[in-house]
Amino acid sequence: MSEINIAEAPAGVEGAGFFATSLDKVIGMARANSLWPLPFATSCCGIEFMATMGSHYDFARFGSERPSFSPRQADLLMVMGTIAKKMSPVLKQVYIQMAEPRWVIAVGACASSGGIFDTYSVLQGIDEIIPVDVYVPGCPPRPEAIINGFNKIQDLVRSESLRRRDSPEYTKLLAKYGIQ
Amino acid sequence: MSNFITEITPNRPVYTDNDPQGDLTTLNLGPTHPATHGVFQNVLQMDGERIVSGVSTIGYIHRAFEKIAEHRPFYQITPLTDRLNYCSSPINNMGWHMTVEKLLGIETPKRVDYLRVIVMELSRITDHLICNGILGVDTGAFSGFLYLMEEREHVYEIFEEICGARLTTNIGRIGGFERDFNDIAFAKINKFLEKFPPILKEFEKLFNRNRIFIERTSGVGAVDPETALSYSWSGPILRATGVDYDVRVNEPYASYQDFDFEIPVGTTGDVYDRFILRNEEMWQSLRIIEQAMEKLKKEPKGVFHADVPEFYLPPKEQVYNNMEALIYHFKIVMGEVDTPKTEVYHAVEGGNGELGFYLINDGGRTPYRLHFRRPSFINYQMYASMSRGMLLSDAIINMSSLNIIAGELDA
Amino acid sequence: MAKISNEQVIAQLNAKFGDQITTPTAPFGLLSFEVAVDHITEVLTYLKSDETLNFNFLTDITAVHYPEQEKRELAVVYHLHSLTNNVRVRIKVFIPVDNPKIPSATPLWNGANWMERETFDFFGIQFTGHPDLRRILNVDDMTVFPMRKEYALEDPNRVDKKDFFFGR
Repeated sequence: MSEINIAEAPAGVEGAGFFATSLDKVIGMARANSLWPLPFATSCCGIEFMATMGSHYDFARFGSERPSFSPRQADLLMVMGTIAKKMSPVLKQVYIQMAEPRWVIAVGACASSGGIFDTYSVLQGIDEIIPVDVYVPGCPPRPEAIINGFNKIQDLVRSESLRRRDSPEYTKLLAKYGIQ
Repeated sequence: MSNFITEITPNRPVYTDNDPQGDLTTLNLGPTHPATHGVFQNVLQMDGERIVSGVSTIGYIHRAFEKIAEHRPFYQITPLTDRLNYCSSPINNMGWHMTVEKLLGIETPKRVDYLRVIVMELSRITDHLICNGILGVDTGAFSGFLYLMEEREHVYEIFEEICGARLTTNIGRIGGFERDFNDIAFAKINKFLEKFPPILKEFEKLFNRNRIFIERTSGVGAVDPETALSYSWSGPILRATGVDYDVRVNEPYASYQDFDFEIPVGTTGDVYDRFILRNEEMWQSLRIIEQAMEKLKKEPKGVFHADVPEFYLPPKEQVYNNMEALIYHFKIVMGEVDTPKTEVYHAVEGGNGELGFYLINDGGRTPYRLHFRRPSFINYQMYASMSRGMLLSDAIINMSSLNIIAGELDA
Repeated sequence: MAKISNEQVIAQLNAKFGDQITTPTAPFGLLSFEVAVDHITEVLTYLKSDETLNFNFLTDITAVHYPEQEKRELAVVYHLHSLTNNVRVRIKVFIPVDNPKIPSATPLWNGANWMERETFDFFGIQFTGHPDLRRILNVDDMTVFPMRKEYALEDPNRVDKKDFFFGR
């Protein structure tokens, strides 16, 4: 039988019968350990994600037990594979449909930069149309690399301020991509 | 079931988005639908849960392979072939190498052929494992998928031992392999041959005689051989209809004629037949690998490429210390080698059908034109017309048993 | 392996069509010949329906662009396969780029539909009689035919790719 791990408590003041910490940290901890990813798998990297999700690498260990195929209920958009120009409006639509707070991870060379496909039909990196938080290099990345990228997202989520999504910087960032 | 369809279709006009009075629903299935495992879009007209008509739209990951291939020297096209059918990349790699070898007139030693056969059959197993595992998931049985993914990891470990990569392998070179298989690779293959059959047997026990699975799949997507041939189907889905066409037998490459194996065929061409046929092909692949391991024992050790210095890159230490090797290295990398000005078509039996390479060479550094005959593209075009009259859930399992790989579909 | 030889196939075709079948060659054992655009449908129909030849499997349709050949710029290439005889043929039809019209093979094989759409998408070849000749892989509003030799591989609209980074 496997042992059950309990997430480490955030830094705070502890005494007999109470524990005080900031709300940011508690929320961050909860969010980081229950991210619902939306696998936006188009090509080869999607097959490696399948391996990541499968029995050997068991992605669910990190709290994403439920891959959410509906953008409305997803926290993390995992873009895996080449995004052609024909596909890019669809990807942007999916991103817009996601509720805040939302994070994006670009898995593989194609999603990050177009990869070996420097052609008229391929979008040269998804960061041309949506903001990206973490890039995972590789063509395709190994499942370990995908998990590592996911852990980096968890770090971001854990340390994110609750007010970040209301800040003018964030609005400006979205406006840069033409998203209201 | 079929009577019901002929009753409703002629009497009911097909309504569109512009005609909201219609009682048919327009359903946009894809391009990011979770049940389609890839980027496929089908706009369906639904009467309740039944599909009345559908239109497929493809090209959502069109990456211009053929255009890129016109700008790359021969050895740089291998990584492109990886990304066609990424579930069985080594078959594509080998197919491309053999096309170029056919063009250049290179004869490979028997040992190279047998090593290639091992790699190709292992990747055929991974391809069919994914297809059948996912078919299980789509019919509501997740456990089979989990069993098989564990085994697929073992095949990937073998590939890693041979070439260093798991999925997009870039395995082999024109003329043979980049290095010999090491002892660990052979040990892993032997271990796989020992451990895999019980797992596959267990998987078959879960499904083959499972009442729910049979009820769910038999009769779904049945195709007769004439229709399949007129749509140019090939591979397991054609054989499931009863046509025994397999490139490995019709035009043997890589010494497939030396092996004793059977080509399983189905009778009705439905989803159940395709499932059983893929399972049987995995057993045949195992047989072929076992025979190849036996045959390798009789071949001289250490031969892993043909003796063609004009086309096969010399080892690095020779490039640094040997004049001749340096010249060959330079000529190969810069594309200075003379190649015949002609055209060649070579086909291999890919994971889901006849994978053909039509190469026109003008003697230059890059191919003048390279066309891939991609089985997924050709097999998929019947999908929309096949779905007519099906239940939506049947159309989903029909798609997963066609084993359409988006990378190969859109090239 | 093959049950009939290339010589038999070409002899039978010559007997039927005479000098319409031109420049027969067999690179790497695959019989290859040219047909004029006016006769392609008859030749395909004959190859498919003749009982001894029985080329019932359409392997592939594609095209090649030869910009330097006057009035013969585009070549439409058919690969047929006779499964019963286990023999393949390659048929080429050369057409001019300013009038790229050729009869469709969809009445003979359903599978020709998407292959011809793909060829149209990449080379702009008009298959007359095709039921639904639209772009298939590229975006619908594309105006060029990207596989023709005059069009570049890379996206011409890229601004981030400076030539001096690449030594050009």
